[in-house]
This record gives sequence, C-alpha cells and structure tokens, in this order.
Amino acid sequence: MRQDRSQARTFTRRALLLGGGQALLFCALGARLYYLQVVEASRYTMLADENRINVRLLPPPRGHVFDRYGEPLAVNVENYRLVLVPEQIGDLERALDIIDRIAPLGEADRRRVLREARRKRGFVPILVRGNLTWDEVARIEVNAVDLPGVAIDPGLSRRYPQGEVMGHVVGYVAAVAEHELTGDPLLELPDFRIGKDGIERFRETDLRGLAGASEVEINAYGRVIRELGRRSGHAGEPVFLTVDLELQRYVGQRLAQERSAAAVVIDVHTGEVVSLASSPGFDPNLFSSGISQADWNTLRQDPRAPLANKAIMGQYAPGSTFKMMVAVAALETKAITPEQTIHCPGHYELGEQRFHCWKRGGHGPMNMHDAMKHSCDVYFYELARRVGIDRLAPMCRRFALGEPTGIELPAERPGLIPSREWKLQARKASWVQGETVLTGIGQGYVLTTPLQLAVMTARLVNGGRAVVPRLTRPAAMRENQPPPRRDLFPSLGISPQTLAAVRDGMAAVVNEQGGTAYAIRLRDGDLRIGGKTGTSQVRRISMAERERGVRRNDELPWRHRDHALFVGYGPVDAPRYAVSVVVEHGGGGSSVAAPIARDILVETLRRDPSRLVPPSRVVAEGTGGRS
Amino acid sequence: MSMLERQPRATTPLLLDRIWQISWPLVLLLTAIAGIGFALLYSAAGGSFQPWAQKQMLRFALGLTGLILVALVDLRIWLRLAYVIYAVALVLLVAVEVRGEIGMGAQRWIDVGLLQLQPSEVMKIALVLALARYFHGLDLDDIGRPVLLIVPAALVLAPAALVLKQPDLGTALMLGACGGVMFFIAGVRMWKFAVVLAGLAAMVPVAWEFLRDYQKKRVLTFLNPEADPLGAGYHIIQSKIALGSGGLFGKGYLLGSQTHLNFLPEKQTDFIFTILAEEWGLVGGLVLLGLYMLVILYGILIALRSQNQFGRLLAMGVSSTLFLYAFINCGMVMGLLPVVGVPLALVSFGGTAMLTILFGMGLVMAVYVHRDMELNRQGEIGTD
Repeated sequence: MRQDRSQARTFTRRALLLGGGQALLFCALGARLYYLQVVEASRYTMLADENRINVRLLPPPRGHVFDRYGEPLAVNVENYRLVLVPEQIGDLERALDIIDRIAPLGEADRRRVLREARRKRGFVPILVRGNLTWDEVARIEVNAVDLPGVAIDPGLSRRYPQGEVMGHVVGYVAAVAEHELTGDPLLELPDFRIGKDGIERFRETDLRGLAGASEVEINAYGRVIRELGRRSGHAGEPVFLTVDLELQRYVGQRLAQERSAAAVVIDVHTGEVVSLASSPGFDPNLFSSGISQADWNTLRQDPRAPLANKAIMGQYAPGSTFKMMVAVAALETKAITPEQTIHCPGHYELGEQRFHCWKRGGHGPMNMHDAMKHSCDVYFYELARRVGIDRLAPMCRRFALGEPTGIELPAERPGLIPSREWKLQARKASWVQGETVLTGIGQGYVLTTPLQLAVMTARLVNGGRAVVPRLTRPAAMRENQPPPRRDLFPSLGISPQTLAAVRDGMAAVVNEQGGTAYAIRLRDGDLRIGGKTGTSQVRRISMAERERGVRRNDELPWRHRDHALFVGYGPVDAPRYAVSVVVEHGGGGSSVAAPIARDILVETLRRDPSRLVPPSRVVAEGTGGRS
Repeated sequence: MSMLERQPRATTPLLLDRIWQISWPLVLLLTAIAGIGFALLYSAAGGSFQPWAQKQMLRFALGLTGLILVALVDLRIWLRLAYVIYAVALVLLVAVEVRGEIGMGAQRWIDVGLLQLQPSEVMKIALVLALARYFHGLDLDDIGRPVLLIVPAALVLAPAALVLKQPDLGTALMLGACGGVMFFIAGVRMWKFAVVLAGLAAMVPVAWEFLRDYQKKRVLTFLNPEADPLGAGYHIIQSKIALGSGGLFGKGYLLGSQTHLNFLPEKQTDFIFTILAEEWGLVGGLVLLGLYMLVILYGILIALRSQNQFGRLLAMGVSSTLFLYAFINCGMVMGLLPVVGVPLALVSFGGTAMLTILFGMGLVMAVYVHRDMELNRQGEIGTD
C-alpha cells in the first residue's frame, strides 16, 4: 500500500515534470511560429511572390521603314514557325519523321530538337523549324490530327521587300551579339533581332519600341497558371527616308554596269539625300533570318566589298573634282581674279620638282573659266601654291570636307584634309610646298567620300549655304508639297562673284566644246547640267615609267587603275540637285563617271516631284546657253 | 474537474455505466483536430474531397468507432493483451523487413485492402502498452534494480533497431523517445538517464558512420538548408516560405500560393501543417497547437486520476506519444528539427497513423472509464 502510494507520488511528480517540459516545448513552437509569421513575414511573403510570379516580356513589333513616298523598305512579316510540345506528342522520333515528310528537316535541326526535348521540361514548346512556306503551313494544318502537340506559331520577322536596292541604306537586323547586351532583358529574348547596319542600326532606339510585360503566375514546374497583369508596351516608330526608292533603283542599276561604284544625289537646298547607293550591294534579307556561312564568306571575300557602303565609307582622292575648292579659296583670298591667266606649258616647276599637267603639250594661257573647262593641272598647281595649305584647308572644311557630315548612318568615314598640324602629328614630318601643289589637283593626302563630294557640290551651287545632308524625314511626302525654302541653312560667307565664277566653270565643263565632259551634254536642249570630272591616281607614276610612256589604264590590273569621279548639278540655271559618282578603278572621270552622273541627274530631275523648275523655262533657257 | 473527484471504489463497471463514463469533451477535441485535417486535405486537393479528404473522413469515422469500443473493453483485458499486441506488431515489422530483403525495396507497409498498414506506426502504441504492462508489474524497489531494466530496454531496442534498418530514422528516434518517457514516468532514477544520455552522446560520431547518405544529407541540410536550395534544402526552404508568407491571419482558405502551385511536394502528408499556416496564418497554427495541448493535458489529467499504475503509465505514455508526433512534425516543418518522416497526428493523410493514434486514445479513454479500478501487480482487481 505504501509502496503504491510512493509509486503514485513519484509518478505524479514525474508526470507533472514531463507535462511541464512538453508545455515548454510547445511554447517554443509557438514562438518559432510567431518569429516566422510575424517578425519575418514580409521577407517570406516576398520570397513566395518570387516563387510564383514570373514576368514575361512581350517584344514590341519593330517600326517599319519607308521611302519618301511611303513605299515600304523594311517591314515585319508573319513568320510561321513549327513548334512542338514534347509531352503531348508521344513518340517524338515518329512525329519528326512525319514532319520531315511534310516540311523537310535538316539532320542538324532534328538533332537539336531531340537534344532540347531531353533537356527541357515536357510542356515547354520547342522550335522545330522557322520560315515555313504557305504550302508547308497548309499541309501541316491538314495533318494536324496525326500530329498532336505540333503547332504553327506565328511570329514576326523582318523583311526587306526591295532587297539589294536599299541594302546599304536600310541596313539589316540580326541576332544580338554577346557584347551588345546592355542588361535590357528584351535583348536576351532568344528570337530578338537588333539593327546591325544602316538606318536599322542608326535609328535602333526609335525602331525598337518599348517592350510590354505580362505577369504570370507559375507553379513549381514553371507551367503558367494564369495571367496576373499585363503592361502594354508600344510598337516601334516608323522611319521615313528622304530616299526615292524608284530613283535609288535606277541609280543601283546604273552603277551595277561598273564593277564597283558609289553615287549620292542630294537636294541642294534641303540636304535631303534622294539617293545614296553603293555597288555591288547585298540582300539584307540574308541577314534577318540568319546568314549561312557560305553566303557570309562570299560577301566577305569579294574584293569589291559589297558589305561596305562606299558612299560614306569609301575614301578617295578627289582628283580634279577638288579644283573647285582651290578656285574658291584663291578667289576668296584674292590670289587671282577670274580673268587673270596662267600659262600652262604642260608641266610645273617647283624648285627641283616637276609636276605634270595631264595634257603633255600644255594648255597655253588659261583663265579660270578655261582652266576649269579643260581641267588644267598647271593652273591649279599655281593657284594652290599662291593660296597655301593654311588657307586652303579651312576653306575645304567650310565645304564639309575632312569631317563626317553627320548623315544618319553608322560608320561614316571623315575623309582627310591635310594641314601642317596633321602632318606633324600623323607623319612626324613638316609640311613641304610640293605637297600643297599636289593637293591643288586633289591628289596627295586629301581624301573624300562620295557623300562629302555631293555636299561640297551642293554648297557650291546653292548660293553658298551650309546645307547638311539628311536621310530621314518626319513623314512621307504629301501631294502638293510646297517648294522647299532656299534659306534653310546659314550662309557660308562666300562672295556671290566667287560662286558664280566657279559655277560658270562647272557649266563650261559639260556644255562647251573642249570641256572635259562635253560628251555628256544633253543634246535635246531642254535641260543643262554642270559638273566636274576627276580622275584620281591610285599608284605613283615613276619617272622611269613616264619616260617609257605611261601605261594605259586598261593595261593595268583592276586594283591599280585610276578611280573615275564626277560631281555634277542641275539644272544649271536654278540648281536643284547635286550628284557625285565614284567608279572605283573605273579609269577616266570624263569617260566613265560623267555619263553615269548625267543619267542619274536626268532621271532625278525627271522624277522631281515639286517641279521647282517649270518645264517651259527649262526649254526656254536650254537653247540660249553659252556654247 | 469532475473526473478528479474520488468516486467510491468500484469493481467492474457495467457496460452502460462505462458508456456514460466516456469523456465526450475529449472525443470532441479529437474530432476538432481531425476536422482541421479534413479542411486542409480538401484545400490540398485544390478544393476537392478527392483524393484525400473523403478517404480520411471515412478512416476517422472508423477510428472513432474503434476508439469507443476500445474504451469500453475492460482495462484488465488490455493489460493481458499488452504483450500479445506488442508481439504481433514486432512480427509485422519483421515481416516488412523480410519482404524488403527479398527484393521489394524499402517498402514500409503491408497492404491489407482498406489501408496500407505501417507496422512501425502500430509499434509506437504497442510499445507504450507493453512497457506499461511491464512497469505495472514492478514496484519502486524493483525499478531500482538495473537487472530488471534489461527486459524493457530490449522491448524498446528491438523494434527501434528494426525500424532503423528500414531505414526510418524518425520513427526509430520516436520509439526511443517513447521508451525514454516510459522509463522516466515509471520512476527510473535520474542518474541512470544521465548515464544513458552521456553514452548516447559518445556514440553519435560512431552512429554517424552508420547513417545512409540521404540521412546524413538531411541532417546537414537541417543545419544549413540554404547550401542546397534546389536539392536537399528545397523542402525546408519552401516550407519556411509557406509559413512566413502566411503572416498573422494567412492568405485565406484555398488561397495559399505555395500549396496550390505545388512548390511544396507531399503537402498532404508530413508537410500538411504548412497549408494551415499559409492559409490561416499564425492564428490557425496556434489554434491547432492549442488543441493538441488540450488533448495532451486531458491525457495527463486522466493519468493522474487513475488508481492503477498500468492506467497511469498507459495514459501518460499515449499522451506523450501524441506530443512527440505533434512536436517533431511541427519542429521539422518550422525548420527547428531535421526533416524526418513523422506525420502530423490525426491531420496528415495516412491510415495507419490515424487508426493507431485513435486506438491509443481509445486506451486512454479506457483508463478514464476504469479510473477507479485498483489492480495488483498481476493485473487482478485489488491491492497487493
């Protein structure tokens, strides 16, 4: 009995002890729960949301590119892609066999699909093939019953309906490269394309638009349960070019008759570039869907550099087209008057050095009009010597040479206007006078791009205004557009007499008997154009060769032949357009470049929408010109 | 507290009396806990009685009927059956072990049609029953003799070893803890516990070597879950996120994102507490913990009220088992204990655990019904 009681007492004591212990541990659980759910609640709430909410970007449709009349140059087209969801498909190998019969798959595609199917979760769609033809889409839809889990996924891809014609200007889009990632998640979307060249690259920000986003709730396996919210982005803005597609097409075809050439046509008052072409070109469509290695190698290894836009990236010695700069500088610095003559014996002596005129026998006495017309080298050697490089170089810069024009294209080259400082820095040598003389005929160090030459010409003939080239417009041209104002740009401060004398010389080149481009004059007489030929030497002619007789261009290998250049404008009486043409290694400026420039100018004026020059007046003055 | 009032010493109560003697508030508490379980299983299934809630309700109804029946059976019969039940449980454990040996993998259950019987769950109650029977036969002086502790120690170690071999570390530890509780309330001297605990502590490095890789990983993960967030630490991290994001009042019934988006696997079994804490918040969690505390308190009071040692030990043992279920499971879900496979008593989906616990509570009820019965060391009515 006592035993029992003491046992019961022991039990009671221990039971209470145990119960107390248990109560304490339960309190610990309660405290832990309080800590997790109240103290740390906000942190865990955030983690739970991170778990379940996934933001998906909605890529904006890219802005279209149009020419000045609203013709499409770059558009988005529905691209039908074949995707499959492995978990719905059953036997993947068999399904791929069926697909292969309908829309042929490469072995590489097939292996990629199988690999992705192994790696990704069953409900994640896998891209089987892009760029399905309508025919393939239709056949897949017909066979849909046999192919559960296979779907046609419409996406947008970039098309360039004009193909090669606008390749250099519009550029192209391609997949984002590693170094182009900026942290913008949009760029990391697997299918995203960005502008790599041309306007596509230069106006990337406007064209791209703003990505929308969709917040979705996902479960632990990543499957989307529902959409929680959607933030709409906005589509990329359209871009309107100043380029006239039909003219560009014409220019492209005209240039394609030569091996390698570039041309620019610019409105001398507005600076609108109505055509900017480089030949040979490339089809930008090759890039938007991923270029093949073979195509890429072909483009890259072509010595005519089809990928380069030579109109802004090609730097050429301007040759005689540079003589206008020398003339303007000389007249402005009063180094000569238009009437004063310089005698040309066929060569020019400077100390021990002898510089040759292109005409071995010499031109005799030359005033400015004749020197321009015949492109007499000796006259301009002497002019350059009188002016000096220190006054010539600044004048060139006023005419937009030696620095990028700021055209809305990537990779524009600056050209080169040499100066004493430049030579000291770049060549570690001081300037010598012989170099000034050589610069006088656009040889030596001086380099220009076709675009710069067109702008230079425009500034010469528009009344000396600092026109700046533009490639884009705020909107497409409307009908009955008012004529452009002629005073959009500030004056360069060149005297009207100087400009008139130079224009007179340029008109004579084409329209007077004996002019270097007399062959290209317009015979039907309702229109006159002016211009200046240029032939720039690529190699040095040695004394020995000169004695043996200078080899003719067509005897030389292509890459040693002279560049043929021409700058022109029209109509002579009311200049409206300036053109520059460079035919790489084309030979003579007058025989090769001038006819091209003439054809381009005529076509440009024929297509001139605003008819700034009434046809009647063109006819009236065309007959009464100097001849 | 009416049940603490000393009733006149009775012999065997009549059947009708016994029904009246059943503590209905305790039944109500158990039903409340199970009810929370039904609601959570309904939520876990995405708002459906299938596949879990309905089955669980049927089992509870069955278990509750069993509980009443068990409570009405004379306590002496349970005392006599104690070793038999233990033996049956042990044989079942061995059977599972043998079946596992002959190549059916780590299967821990035997299919008996209605449910997949898990002998390790049954053993938890059977062990309490057997130890209660054993210590009932000893007086305080006997308990002081170490020789007489060999048999109960063997009773604990045999099933623990078998379960450990399955391998099921959680259940093995729980059996060990149950045994420890029984030794403690039977009156074994404190210093003996100290010796055993010290011995166990010394054994830890050795035991570590015997753990399976995944068990080691679980323990290491418990110590630092962030080390492997997508692998072994995934459960515990997601569980804590579910709890923490529930906040004070929860996200609302059926609205738990962690649960319904499947960030928590196995949510209907061992991690069911996370659904409660996520959807009902701290309030919901504390209510459930409170209900458990009330049931355990009831059990302790019944134990204290019992006039026989068998009843005291049995009621206290079963209550402590219930405590261990609740504490280990909650501790694991809250990241206080390593992840071991212990279900949340009466709430987690699972037949055996539900039925065993209700059987255990039936025994507690039987102790209450027969609280005034005085039993001698042989289990007969009367005193020594």
